Amino acid sequence: MKRLHSDLSLLFVLGFFTLFSNVCSDLVISKLDRQIDLSSQIVRFTTSLKVENNGAEAVSKVLLPYPESQAKNLAFLSVTITEGKGKTKTSSDRLYVDVSHPEGMPPSLTWYAVSLPKEVSKGGSLTLEVKAVFTHLLTPFPEKITQADAQLVAFQDSAHYLSPYAVKIQSLTVKLPEPKVESYTRLENTKFSGSEIKYGPYENIPPFSLPTIVVHFVSNKPFSVAQELVREIEISHWGNVQVTENYNLVHAGAELKGEFSRLDYQARPHVRGASALSSLVARLPARAHSIYYRDEIGNISTSNVYSDSAKTLLEIEPRYPMFGGWRTAFTIGYGLPLQDFLFKSEGKRFLDITFGCPMNDIVIENLIVKVVLPEGSNDISVVAPFSIKETRETKLSHLDIAGRPVIVLEKTNVVPEHNQNFQVYYRFSSFSLLREPLMLVFGFFLFFIACIAYVHADFTISKSSPSYIAKLQWDEVQTAIQQFQNIMNRVLVIHNKLEASLRDLSRTGDVQACKAARKTADAFLKELTKESKPLLSFLQSSPQALQITPKVDELVIKERELQEKLMLKHSMVVDSYEKKSGGRDIDNRVAAVQQKITLLRQEVDDLLEVIDEI
Amino acid sequence: MATQETSQSATFCHAFGNVLSFAVLLLIGVMAFSIRLFSVIKYESVIHEFDPYFNYRVTQFLTKSGVYDFWNWFDDRTWYPLGRVIGGTVYPGLTLTAGTLWRILNSMNIPLSVETVCVFTAPVFSAFASWATYLLTKEIKGAGAGLTAAALLAMVPSYISRSVAGSYDNEAVAIFALIFTFYLYIKTLNTGSLFYATLNAIAYFYMVCSWGGYTFIINLIPMHVLLCIVTGRYSPRLYIAYAPLVVLGTLLAALVPVVGFNAVMTSEHFASFLVFIIIHVVALVYYIKGILSPQMFKVAVTLVVSVGMVVCFAVLAVLIALVASSPTKGWSGRSLSLLDPTYASKYIPIIASVSEHQPPTWPSYFMDINVLAFLVPAGIIACFLPLSDASSFAVLYIVTSVYFSGVMVRLMLVLAPAACIMSGIALSEAFDVFTRSIKFHLVGATQSPQDNAGDTTKVTQNDVKHEKSEVTIKERSSRKSKKKDKENIERPSLVSRVEKRLLVLPLETSVIAVFLLVLLGAFYVVHCVWAAAEAYSAPSIVLTSRSHDGLHVFDDFREAYAWLSHNTEVDDKVASWWDYGYQTTAMANRTVIVDNNTWNNTHIATVGTAMSSPEKAAWDIFNSLDVKYVLVVFGGFVGYPSDDINKFLWMVRIGGGVFPHIKEPDYLRDGQYRIDSQATPTMLNCLMYKLSYFRFVETDGRGFDRVRNTEIGKKHFKLTHFEEVFTTHHWMVRIYKLKSPRNRIRGKTKKSKLKSGTSISSKRSGTRKKNPWQ
Repeated sequence: MKRLHSDLSLLFVLGFFTLFSNVCSDLVISKLDRQIDLSSQIVRFTTSLKVENNGAEAVSKVLLPYPESQAKNLAFLSVTITEGKGKTKTSSDRLYVDVSHPEGMPPSLTWYAVSLPKEVSKGGSLTLEVKAVFTHLLTPFPEKITQADAQLVAFQDSAHYLSPYAVKIQSLTVKLPEPKVESYTRLENTKFSGSEIKYGPYENIPPFSLPTIVVHFVSNKPFSVAQELVREIEISHWGNVQVTENYNLVHAGAELKGEFSRLDYQARPHVRGASALSSLVARLPARAHSIYYRDEIGNISTSNVYSDSAKTLLEIEPRYPMFGGWRTAFTIGYGLPLQDFLFKSEGKRFLDITFGCPMNDIVIENLIVKVVLPEGSNDISVVAPFSIKETRETKLSHLDIAGRPVIVLEKTNVVPEHNQNFQVYYRFSSFSLLREPLMLVFGFFLFFIACIAYVHADFTISKSSPSYIAKLQWDEVQTAIQQFQNIMNRVLVIHNKLEASLRDLSRTGDVQACKAARKTADAFLKELTKESKPLLSFLQSSPQALQITPKVDELVIKERELQEKLMLKHSMVVDSYEKKSGGRDIDNRVAAVQQKITLLRQEVDDLLEVIDEI
Repeated sequence: MATQETSQSATFCHAFGNVLSFAVLLLIGVMAFSIRLFSVIKYESVIHEFDPYFNYRVTQFLTKSGVYDFWNWFDDRTWYPLGRVIGGTVYPGLTLTAGTLWRILNSMNIPLSVETVCVFTAPVFSAFASWATYLLTKEIKGAGAGLTAAALLAMVPSYISRSVAGSYDNEAVAIFALIFTFYLYIKTLNTGSLFYATLNAIAYFYMVCSWGGYTFIINLIPMHVLLCIVTGRYSPRLYIAYAPLVVLGTLLAALVPVVGFNAVMTSEHFASFLVFIIIHVVALVYYIKGILSPQMFKVAVTLVVSVGMVVCFAVLAVLIALVASSPTKGWSGRSLSLLDPTYASKYIPIIASVSEHQPPTWPSYFMDINVLAFLVPAGIIACFLPLSDASSFAVLYIVTSVYFSGVMVRLMLVLAPAACIMSGIALSEAFDVFTRSIKFHLVGATQSPQDNAGDTTKVTQNDVKHEKSEVTIKERSSRKSKKKDKENIERPSLVSRVEKRLLVLPLETSVIAVFLLVLLGAFYVVHCVWAAAEAYSAPSIVLTSRSHDGLHVFDDFREAYAWLSHNTEVDDKVASWWDYGYQTTAMANRTVIVDNNTWNNTHIATVGTAMSSPEKAAWDIFNSLDVKYVLVVFGGFVGYPSDDINKFLWMVRIGGGVFPHIKEPDYLRDGQYRIDSQATPTMLNCLMYKLSYFRFVETDGRGFDRVRNTEIGKKHFKLTHFEEVFTTHHWMVRIYKLKSPRNRIRGKTKKSKLKSGTSISSKRSGTRKKNPWQ
């Protein structure tokens, strides 16, 4: 139905335009060669036209009309001037093409005006090569197929070139993906060979002559269309350009109707699932690293990476083979070395990176490229080879305060021909690079300062509350106990010294030295007892020390006992030495005392530890 | 001068010890976190299993819509057509925790996704849990035991199994809350501080928010209080530790919607109230005892007891009458099956059908707590040496948790902290004894040649004391692994110290024993790392198998869910067995009929009935439920054992429990469940069988099921009411669409135009009895 309707409109256009055919008849196309490549879902028209000026005035513009049905799907149009033929063929830069609205022409055609670099004078000629790339020109017919069917698509155009100018000789070649054609319109001079259909040559065709041709053929290539692709390119001056691409993919070919049988698909994938999209290949730049492929529910394990010095190939399979009408969404991401894509010129930095998506044969209906510059970038400008809608936003990420400037570039109907580099110029001082580490350092410094302050500060709310006073008293008690412990330890050291002097005595027999040691020890002990007295009385008076006092008292008593015994032992040993008694005799006499000393010592040690615990 | 030095070095040593234990704790936290990352490294950062997907979905909703919407969330994408009030039926602790974490991170401009936060919540909280274990064990038995217990808990396999990265389940935060609540209880008990008592109630509130296991706390603490009272350990500290907890805790618990009035209505909480009354009586008795003379007191006791008994019996009788009048005796099914392990299998097949509700086997004890099982008795003995309030609590905790773990595998998780605490105590006490004897002998040996006098030992003991600080410092720096024991030597409990002094073992024995203990510890570490890496890190939605030609990944579940989410209408209803409900709603974002929250047995039985009915009857049931797709999990192609055919008997049982026309014996041949040619016709014609094995025979020509290891019984058949719309790469998930009814009518009208109208209507009325939804 739809097709029929457009047929009618074309016929209508045809009839309508013959009326206006004399409007721009100055130019004549002497030779026209048209090639239509239908081998994938992206339809590529390559037209080479030799334009001659037969009029009186020099012409600087050539008009290229397209019917509306095509114009709204026109993704890419480039016009070049070619010179020479065959191997010597050279082509110029792309010429400037603009949408124009010539007067007297009905609006159902979209006109593109090619501005020639130099005017074509009277009688002069030049050869133009027009490359036009269209999406969505192929309509699946039938619209729904089963798993076993091949995908058939219909394509419709005119056998003659739609032109406001008269065409002397023209021919049309339609290239098909496979040599299988369901049907095609037969006109005079139609030839079908291999996978090509040739129309023409036709001679002396008047302007706006449109004999419709329809080709209905087998095209089993999947029609992968990304309804939306968001590419986020984030620059980190620490050496990485991170690219994240979010795909929203649909198979726009003939829809699958009825069952999907995995059995059939696995047994004969090329017959039962011929048009299914099973894998995609992304050509990433060389030295791409940290590649990932996932969707919102996690990693997708069916992917492979092949890399060499020129490129990195990422082969991905969707989670399931995609049949017509099926959708999926996924994300791929990779890092690129900064020095390959970021350059400096005239005090500005610029990013130079491709615009389109790295996968071939994908049509992108809506491409959004976001370039995230580091925080603090300014003076930003974008240079792109084609017109793009540009907006700005900011993004907050790690350690940001003001946010990073983001340039959002939007373009609809993107095809692989748009994979050209674009540049983003901006200023960014290297010093701002250090801002974030410094911020971290300062933050941690503050944190530690705060910790130190917290530990040393007293946060008690009420200085007169009983618990606070109790705490203060407890602190005092603790210091007192500590001092007391020190004294006790010193006492014990003196005890040790006494013992040592006894051992010396047994070795050397020097009674005098031993006596001297005894004397100094006595003096020391007396002093220490004196020192401990105020502490003890304080402990006894303090209510906080109630639990400890008995232990302390016990310790004092035991210690005194120990001291007495030790002195006793000392004097006994010294006595016996003076009396020159034998070693064994001394041991016998001392043994009883010794036992007590050991016991007491043990107890004292235990008590000391107990107090220590408190 | 020497004394000055020793005292200085002692304070230095003290400070050093603090810093060191802080560092050790930090490292334990890092270890607890990182040992759980195996799943992320070996697989990917993804949510695991079933329940975590629900929690993840709830968290997503929370972060998107805010707390109030979450509170009032009525989820219409599950339990179609009933729906589910999510806000009122979930324990919100985990979700709120992760949601808050996410919010904090995002407010600090750290753009982590909700998924990432959810994946790493469990490891973070297991680090917290090991710190809480340190605090708890420190209160019970000192810092040395604390550090050991914390290290053990950080890597205990039982806990790892529930808290690997991605295992975003209630237990992940609940174990932390459990231990922390116990810590605060013990802390209150030791200090008698009302401050800690309040914190304790708040921690209990967090626990109630997080997990249904809070009933364990509210029963264990009263038990301990009762134990203290009975053993004559009543003190005002006990009162402060318990009374505020019951009052504040119950008030706070009632604030959680899912608990609500259950906090005062159900039998699980009665013990706490009973003990609450008892402790007041006891407090009163102690008070009266304090103001009365002994004789007066005796008279008062006899008076009060005789009157009190009467009142008590009256109250008790009323209570029992009240409780007995309710069908489940006021207990929820899961709690009842705890008290009577055979309860679930008798009355509630839906609880019995879950594998984690089965009693554990002996190997699972060894798998989950490993050598701790042998150390626990030693720990119990160590707890008794000086029995304090705190250590009696530890003993009670281990005894009850051992019982509960014996009832349900799942509760092994509650046992794990108790086992770690006990083993920590045992290990540190043992090391304490052994290293002290070694040091005693070593220092003694170096000293003895110098002295000829008889009092060698005494001197050396002295020297040991003075040199101890220096020695410890040296040894600490040289041997890191020993630091826990050193710590322990510094501050053991008061009384044990005296006893230990007597306990000096021979040098050789101690060296060998220390060596063996270290070996035991090493074995434990090796086992834990193995368990974390191999046994518990699989996310279960991605399966891998290692064959001779490398690693093979089975990602079929996500393949199916992704297909559903992208290629079906948003409002389509998907029917599957309840196991896959949570995953379908979370990953495929499609409405399901039943899910893992098994709140409506009838609904589940309906699905079970449909699966066990013949095609036509099943179609009717599904159609009446507005179902568009039916999802079955089938493992026969690759040998995935936990598929729907293996779960099928549960569907029959649960279905048959509500709709008696489904009879289990119809599906069994001589009491045996089989799917080969010996299977019963009912089995071979039921929907589950047909959907699982549809066109399966064409794969290898004879239909060999690799899970059941037999050829299937019915090989060639066609589906009349369903059509296959998707099957995953390894056939693990198969999705069928219900054929629309109009097609059927047209097919019939072709054959017999006149008969069609009447025959269809009569068939409809024929099935009406069996279909609960018409």
